[in-house]
Amino acid sequence: MIGEHIHALNGYRARTSPIHRLDARVKLVLALLFIISTVLTPDGAWHACILLTALIWSAIILSRVGMGFVQRRTAVVIPFTLAALTVIFTTPGHPVWAIWKFTVTDRGVERFISILLKSWLSIQMTVLLTACTPFPALLQAMSVLRIPGVLIAIIGFTYRYVFVIGDEALRLIRGRAARSGAPNGRGGGSLLWRARVTGGMAASLFLRSVERSERVYEAMLARGYDGKVRTLTTQPIRLGEWALILPGGLVLALIQLLARVRW
Amino acid sequence: MLFSSISSATEPMHIPDGFLNWWVSLVCWVLAIVGIGVAIRRSGRALGERQVPLMGVLAAFIFAAQMLNFTVAGGTSGHFVGGALAVILLGPWAGIMTMTTVVVIQALLFQDGGLLVMGANVLNMGIVSTLVAYGVYRGVLELLGGRKWGLLAGGFIAAWASVELSAIACAIELGFSGTSPLSVALPAMAGIHALIGIGEGLITAGALAFVAAVRRDLLEVTGPATGGIRWALAGLAIALAVVLLAPLASPYPDGLERVAEDHGFIEAAREAPYEIIPDYVFPGISNEALATIVAGIVGTLIVAGVAFGIATARRKVIS
Repeated sequence: MIGEHIHALNGYRARTSPIHRLDARVKLVLALLFIISTVLTPDGAWHACILLTALIWSAIILSRVGMGFVQRRTAVVIPFTLAALTVIFTTPGHPVWAIWKFTVTDRGVERFISILLKSWLSIQMTVLLTACTPFPALLQAMSVLRIPGVLIAIIGFTYRYVFVIGDEALRLIRGRAARSGAPNGRGGGSLLWRARVTGGMAASLFLRSVERSERVYEAMLARGYDGKVRTLTTQPIRLGEWALILPGGLVLALIQLLARVRW
Repeated sequence: MLFSSISSATEPMHIPDGFLNWWVSLVCWVLAIVGIGVAIRRSGRALGERQVPLMGVLAAFIFAAQMLNFTVAGGTSGHFVGGALAVILLGPWAGIMTMTTVVVIQALLFQDGGLLVMGANVLNMGIVSTLVAYGVYRGVLELLGGRKWGLLAGGFIAAWASVELSAIACAIELGFSGTSPLSVALPAMAGIHALIGIGEGLITAGALAFVAAVRRDLLEVTGPATGGIRWALAGLAIALAVVLLAPLASPYPDGLERVAEDHGFIEAAREAPYEIIPDYVFPGISNEALATIVAGIVGTLIVAGVAFGIATARRKVIS
């Protein structure tokens, strides 16, 4: 317990690969284009889904972060698939089979599988993007999308202090464990009392965080902070890397075109 | 255990990419950008150069606070989301900034919530939830005055309403996208989060009691003393806007019944699945739904009207 520390489940995986080397801004734009293209794919355009899968899998293999790693992290969408499950009953179409009183339609099944595929394709891209790009670089890249600098600075701050405040929370939890008995692993007291204790801990953590932010602010003032966050000047994107967006976008546009061809 | 990990909230509210269609994503982005833009300017004006360190550390607090869990019953545990507490203690604009930061980091670090739908997640958890929480809190304070139990009741109701309203907003977005029919998503989301909201409300009230005991000053500087009614009305307006959208968000109104009729499954249509979840708790379908929602709105307005009346009367008595 003494050496207990917080660690965030950071998705970055340091490797040397062409994808890791690519400028973060170019990566971010390409990833967003891919996700937009995926979301725009009509239901049941399986050929487009196959092409998109081929694209993302090639990128994953090229990045050397490991297919297993990416697929494990896609599991976060699973709870949400439940929300989409009902479309197999409610989408008008030919009834395929009946479960008890419900009729499953062909269109419904098509829609459900399409939603799952699109979601799975998009999340693979997000996982890949964060696995190949260090978080600070990703943050800086966000300025390309015209995200206000203040917001980016705040997000960067949060990323730094999540570990510090997380350790603070662990100290509180350790203190609670040290002062409490838990026979048979059960907490004592009424629900209301337990909620009040947790509330007290949350507020205590809040106060410690406010006080820490005040100390941080004073330390920043002492080091010449004047409200502007200065970062190392970002390198200009090399022309060759910017140029990657063009064929990337073209391929995605062609896939979209193909997805709308029915035969 | 050498390491504990911060992952993120487990409640089913972070929409992944692929679950919203393009135009819902776009509309949500536009609304989110407007909200964030106003919040940045207003909180910047209030906090000045302290904005970055204060907001940054407090968003980290929201993450860490999610590690604090407590046993509810039978081995299940509730944990704390913290949005309402943040907005009550920091004020609406700083609250929006903090929660927006949390949503962005959840998407980028944990893939909890997608990139293209980030606008929707920011709208639900960063803007709707915070403004509703603040409006409700100010409304209750107007009603009950600065008494301690007014503070606690305000915190409880504000936290519950913020969780509930962002869940409803989430269900509506799924409905508009045709991903999940509203007639299923709305009762499911609203039902689950009505329970989650109770835990959130209790912890928020507990936290406010603690702050009131040790740092009462933090409770007084957060918002201007005046304008409470305006905030309460703003919160009410947002809540109503969300509820009003609900009947529009059902693209396949009675798909189940129609399918059954079209294909001769009349037997099935007669005892269509609606029996499982009776009509009266089942908004999203034709007129009955509208009736339910209108009833809800009228009810809300009556409650708000009475609250407003009492608050004005109280103020006259005092002055």
